[in-house]
Amino acid sequence: MLNWLSQISAITLANLKTLPERRGAAVAAAVGIAGVVTVLVGVLSIAEGFQRVLAVSGSPDVAIVLRSGSDAEMNSGLTHDDTRLIADAPGLARNAANLPLASAELFVVINLPKRSTGTDANVPLRGVSPAAFDVRGNLMMLEGRRFEPGKNEVIVGAGAARQFSGLDVGKTVRVGQTEWVVVGVFAAGGGVAESEIWTDAAVLQPAYHRGDTYQAVYAKLISAEAFHTFTDALTTNPQLSIKAVRQSDFYADQSTQLVGFVKGIGITIAALMAVGALFGALNTMYSSVAARTREIATLRALGFGSSPVVVSVLLESLALALAGGVLGAAGAWLAFDGHTTSTMNWQTFSQVAFAFRVSPALLVQAILWAAMIGVLGGLFPAIRAARIPIAAALRET
Amino acid sequence: MTTDQSPLIRIADVDKTYRRGAEEIRVLAGLSLTVQCGEFLALMGPSGSGKSTLLNLLGGLDRPTRGTVEIGGERIDALSDRRLAGWRARHVGLVFQFYNLLPVMTAERNVELPLLLTHLSKADRRKHVATALAIVGLAHRTSHYPRQLSGGEQQRVGIARAIVTDPTLLLCDEPTGDLDRKSGDEILSLLQTLNREQGKTIIMVTHDPHASSRASRTVHLDKGQLSAAAPA
Amino acid sequence: MKFLYLVACNLRRKKLRTLLTLLSIGIAFFLFGLLGALKLALTGDVSIANADRLMTRHKVSIIQMIPISYQARIAAIPGVSGVTAQTWFGGIYQDPKNFFASMPVEPDEFLKMYPEFVVSDAHRQAWRTTRNGAIVGRTLMERFNWKVGDRIPLSAPIWRHADGRDAWEFEIVGTYEAARKSVDTSQFFFRYDYFDEGRGQNKGTISWFAVRVSDAARADAISAALDREFANSAYETKTEPEAAMMQGFAQQVGDIGAIITGILGAVFFTILLVSGNTITQGVRERTEEIGVLKALGFTNTLVLGLVLAESCLLAVLGGVGGLGAAWLMTIGGSPLPSLLPVFYVPTPHLMLGAGLMVALGLITGALPALQAMRLGVSEALRRQA
Repeated sequence: MLNWLSQISAITLANLKTLPERRGAAVAAAVGIAGVVTVLVGVLSIAEGFQRVLAVSGSPDVAIVLRSGSDAEMNSGLTHDDTRLIADAPGLARNAANLPLASAELFVVINLPKRSTGTDANVPLRGVSPAAFDVRGNLMMLEGRRFEPGKNEVIVGAGAARQFSGLDVGKTVRVGQTEWVVVGVFAAGGGVAESEIWTDAAVLQPAYHRGDTYQAVYAKLISAEAFHTFTDALTTNPQLSIKAVRQSDFYADQSTQLVGFVKGIGITIAALMAVGALFGALNTMYSSVAARTREIATLRALGFGSSPVVVSVLLESLALALAGGVLGAAGAWLAFDGHTTSTMNWQTFSQVAFAFRVSPALLVQAILWAAMIGVLGGLFPAIRAARIPIAAALRET
Repeated sequence: MTTDQSPLIRIADVDKTYRRGAEEIRVLAGLSLTVQCGEFLALMGPSGSGKSTLLNLLGGLDRPTRGTVEIGGERIDALSDRRLAGWRARHVGLVFQFYNLLPVMTAERNVELPLLLTHLSKADRRKHVATALAIVGLAHRTSHYPRQLSGGEQQRVGIARAIVTDPTLLLCDEPTGDLDRKSGDEILSLLQTLNREQGKTIIMVTHDPHASSRASRTVHLDKGQLSAAAPA
Repeated sequence: MKFLYLVACNLRRKKLRTLLTLLSIGIAFFLFGLLGALKLALTGDVSIANADRLMTRHKVSIIQMIPISYQARIAAIPGVSGVTAQTWFGGIYQDPKNFFASMPVEPDEFLKMYPEFVVSDAHRQAWRTTRNGAIVGRTLMERFNWKVGDRIPLSAPIWRHADGRDAWEFEIVGTYEAARKSVDTSQFFFRYDYFDEGRGQNKGTISWFAVRVSDAARADAISAALDREFANSAYETKTEPEAAMMQGFAQQVGDIGAIITGILGAVFFTILLVSGNTITQGVRERTEEIGVLKALGFTNTLVLGLVLAESCLLAVLGGVGGLGAAWLMTIGGSPLPSLLPVFYVPTPHLMLGAGLMVALGLITGALPALQAMRLGVSEALRRQA
C-alpha cells in the first residue's frame, strides 16, 4: 500500500513538473471550468437571494387571515366587523395593555420609477394598524421616525428606498390626489416588508375609497402551536368566511415558483456549459498523456504499476478542475454576493428587493461540480495512459 | 531559364551568420560557387560545415547575411518573402531526408500540393500528378497514405512532389540518409535518370561517399568554405 | 476552394480532438440560441409592438380601475382612431397552478385593434351571439384539451358575483391563431358585457384602454393630450406606447437582458479559451509541415489564411450544429408552453449567431495563424533534425 502511494506521488510529481510546459492547455481547461462555476453560482445566487428574503419574512407564530378563496392579499377583502372578530379569537398574543396583537391591513400597489432604469415599477403600499409593529416584531427604524397615526405620512422599507427614486426622508410622494411625506426608513430583518411602503391604514382607506374595509389581518399568536386553536375558532365561526395561513408558509409559497424557475434555468445552462468544459478538460488531459507517452512507458518499464498511472492522471485533472472551481467560485462570490436588485413577485404583483446571495452551500456545490468535471475529464485519458504499450512507446521518437 | 552552357547558379562571396545567445556563429564564410545547367552536384562535408545552410540559401528558404545568390539570372537574395515563395513554387523542387510528406494525405494529394499554387485546372493537376508518380515508379500506389508506404516509397513520393511542377533545379538534403542501402541506391538511380533524361540540375547534400559517387561533380565544404579536398 | 481539402485534412488529423472541439462550440451556440429564445420569452418582442398603439391606464398603478365612460372621451380626442377596453380577470381553471391570461374585451373593437389575433368569421359570429362566449388561443386549447363548444368554469378571486361566489362559466365559441410567431396564443378572451353584468363590485370600470392613433409620428402629442383630458380628475391616467409599456414591464421582472448577456459572455469566453487552445495546439504540432508547405512555395499569407480557414470551419460547423439544434428544438413550439408560451429563436438572433461564428473562428485562429505565418522556413525544418 505504501509502495503504491509512493508510486502515485512519484508519478504525480513528475506530471506536475511538466505542467508549466503545458500551461496554455492547463489554463484553458481550468478557466473553462471556472466559467461553468461562475455561471452556476451567479444564477443560483439569484434564486438563493430571493428565497432568503421570503424565508426570513415569515414567522410560524404569525398568522395571516384572508377572505376564504383568496390566495393573496391583493384579491382579499375583509369588513371592519370581520377584523374585530378575528382580533377576539383565542390564541392571540396580547401586549402590556392587554390589547390583541392583530393588525388589520390594506395592500395597494403604486407606481414609482426604478432608480436603475427610470422605468415605472409596482411598489407595494401597505396601510397598517398600530399593532403592526409588535406583530412583525423585527421592525427597526434606520432613519427618521414612525408615521403619526391619522397623518399623511409614510415610512419606507430599506430595500424600497434603495431601489426606487423619490423615497428619501423628507420627500413627498404623490399618489393620485393625495400627498404623502416620507418620515422614516425601516429595516425588517431583510424580509419582504423592506420592499414596502407603510402608512396608517385609517389614512389609506379614504384615499383609496375603501370605506371601512381591509384586506388582511396579521395576527401574532401566543406560540406557533396556537395556530390550530386560532384557525379552528375562526373557521367554525359562522359569521366569518375566511382562511388563515401561517406567515412562514405564506411567503415560502410565494418563492417556490420563481425559485424553481431560476434554479431550473441556472442548472440547465450550467450543465450544458459543463459538458462543453468537460470536452476542454478531456482535450487537455489527452494531450497531456500523449505528450508523456514515452515518460509513462519508461516508468512502467521501471516497474511502476498501471494503477498509479491512472490515479496520477486523475489527480492532475482533479487538481486543474479544483483550481478552476475555486477561481470561479471566488470570482462569482466577489462579483455577485450582496448585489442588490428587485424583481416582480407575481403573487403580489409588486416588486421585491433582494440581494444575490452566494451561500457557503452554493460554493460547496460549485466545487463539487468542478471536481466532477475534473474526474470525468481525467478518466478516459487515464485509461488510455494505462493502456500505453510499453515496448512500442519506448521505440517512439 | 537559360541555355545549357551558361551557369545556372552563381553564388558570390556569401556569408551566413547565426546568433545563439551572445555568441555569433559564422556558418558560411565568403563562399563562392558556380553550378552549370544540367550538373548533378554532390555537396559533402562534416556536420556543421554549412551544407544544409547552403542548400537553404539555394532553395530560397533563407537569406545570406552578405553576398549574392543568383539563380537563372535572378538575384533571389533580393526578392521579397512573397516573391520568393512564388519563385520557389516555380523553379525549385525540394527533397528532404525525412521525406516530409503530410501524413493526413494520400501520395497523390501530397504530390498535388505544389500544383495548388498554380492556375491549373483540377483535371490538369491530376494529369501532372499521374505523370510525376509514373516517373518515380509509383503509379500503382497513388491512394496510399505515407504510413502505408516504405521509406523508399515515401522518398519517391517526395521526389514526385519535387518534380511535379517541372522545376529546373532539384535540391536534395541527404535524400538517402534515412534509407537502407538498397532503397538508397534506387533513389540515387532515380535522381541520375532525372538528371540525364529530364535535364534537371540537381544539388544533393550527402555525407555518404557512395552517394556522391553517382554525382557528376562533388564539392567539399569545411567550416563554411569550399575546401580543396580531392574527390573520393 | 482547392485548398478546402487541405483544411479538412487537418481537421481529420485528430478526430477525437476535432469532435470534442466541435461539440463544445456546438454547445455554446446551442445555449446562445436557447438564451435568445428565453430572453424573448421573458421580455417580449418589442419590435412587434405597433407604433400606432398606445395604452392608457390609471396613473397610480395598473391595478387601479378606470371608468369605461372614459372610452367616449378618448375616442373624441383628435388623432385617436380607435379605442377598446380590457380588464385583468385573473381566472383560475381548477388549480391556481394552471395560470393563463384571461380578459373581458369588446369583441369587435378588440379584434379590430389586434389584427394579430386571427379568428375565423364563423367564430366571430358565434362570439357576437353568445353572451358568455369565449375565444381561446390555440396553445391554451391544446394544453387543456378543450374543444369548441366546451363549457369551462373559471374561478376569479378578484371578481366575485354580488353574492360573493367567484365561479364563472364560459362557453368556448372559437379559437384564435397567431398572425405572427411572436404572438402569445395562450390567452382567454370573453365578452365585457357578460363580465360587467356578472360582477358584484366596481361595475363600469376597466383596467386599461388600448388606443390606436391615426399617425404614429404624433403618438407622443396624442398621449399627452389624452392624459391632460383626465388630469385632476378622480382617475388620472398615464398613456404610453405599447413598446414602452412592454419594456417597462420586462424591467420590472429584472434586467433580464444584462443577466443573459452576462451568461453568454461567460459561455463564449470559456469556449473561446477551450477551442482557441485546441487550435493553437494543433498548429504547434504541425510546425514542420507548415515549414514544408512554405518550402514548397506557399506564401505566408496563404498559410495564415489556411489556419484561419481551419478555425472558422470549426466554428461554423460547430455553430451551425448548435444553433440549428436550438432552432429545431423551438420550431415546433415552446418546450414549456405553460411557463413560456412564446418561445422561439428570433431571426435577428440567428443572424447575430452567424456573425459570432465567424468572429469566434477568427479570434480563436488569430494567434496560431500569426504564429504559423511568422514561422521561418529553415527553423521549422530544422526542428526535426
